Amino acid sequence: MFNPDAVGKSRKSSSTFKVTQESISNFAHAIGESEVINSPVTYSIMISLGPSQTLLEENGLDWTRVVHGDQKFQNNRPLHAGDEVTCTSTIESYRAVAGNEIVTVRTDLRCGEELAQVQWTTLVVRG
Amino acid sequence: MDYIGGARMRVVELGYQISAETYKINRATLVEYANAGGDQNPIHQDEAIAKSVGLPDVIAHGMLTMALAGSYVTKWAGSAAAVTEISSRFTKPVVVPAGVDVEITISAVIEEVSARQVRLEITVECAGVKVLGMAKATVSLL
Repeated sequence: MFNPDAVGKSRKSSSTFKVTQESISNFAHAIGESEVINSPVTYSIMISLGPSQTLLEENGLDWTRVVHGDQKFQNNRPLHAGDEVTCTSTIESYRAVAGNEIVTVRTDLRCGEELAQVQWTTLVVRG
Repeated sequence: MDYIGGARMRVVELGYQISAETYKINRATLVEYANAGGDQNPIHQDEAIAKSVGLPDVIAHGMLTMALAGSYVTKWAGSAAAVTEISSRFTKPVVVPAGVDVEITISAVIEEVSARQVRLEITVECAGVKVLGMAKATVSLL
């Protein structure tokens, strides 16, 4: 059972993610893109996945019953090779609806002090 | 996309329907995306596991479908740097049987225009079924 009191809890990643040209190129090629200088618009999901999962697990999320409900990216700029990204994930909302639980986690991706991108991930835990 | 006199002319007008594009994905695409995107959930690669959790077959990562929508918008925008926001709901799975290229068709309509940016409403369909819901993107015109 997810901890309903987890709303507002936050966790900063313990290490930085260094963006490489190879990881941008691999992602771009997997989705059929040839532009490989700017990261593709949804590239940063691969950076936020780990830190946001850790925060959700610490608060009791049961992955066996989870489906990805929705996703949003607010990109102030694309990421580039050499960027060193730190993630801060925050549980923004939780509600129980018709036997399901709906959790939204926001992840801020910073390069130094600069807020480069923000993501919102909403997960549905089926009852 | 609209080309006039060899140069790319982008129509920025409320209600304008941007030309559809078709993307093909198969099992190999799912493996490549799993490796590149770091999501190794076996329901996107292993038929037996997908069926054991009640799915008809292997399904594509929702984030792969959303990434294709991102590519579509990027192409229209001219650069990933101009795409400042994208969001969607994952409403229906994209089923990817073995040995088949699955076609995903993406189109968009301009639903808001300002001096600084446009908002697009994106339609993503597979076999005539909408697979993303409320898919929207913001493209900067600056």
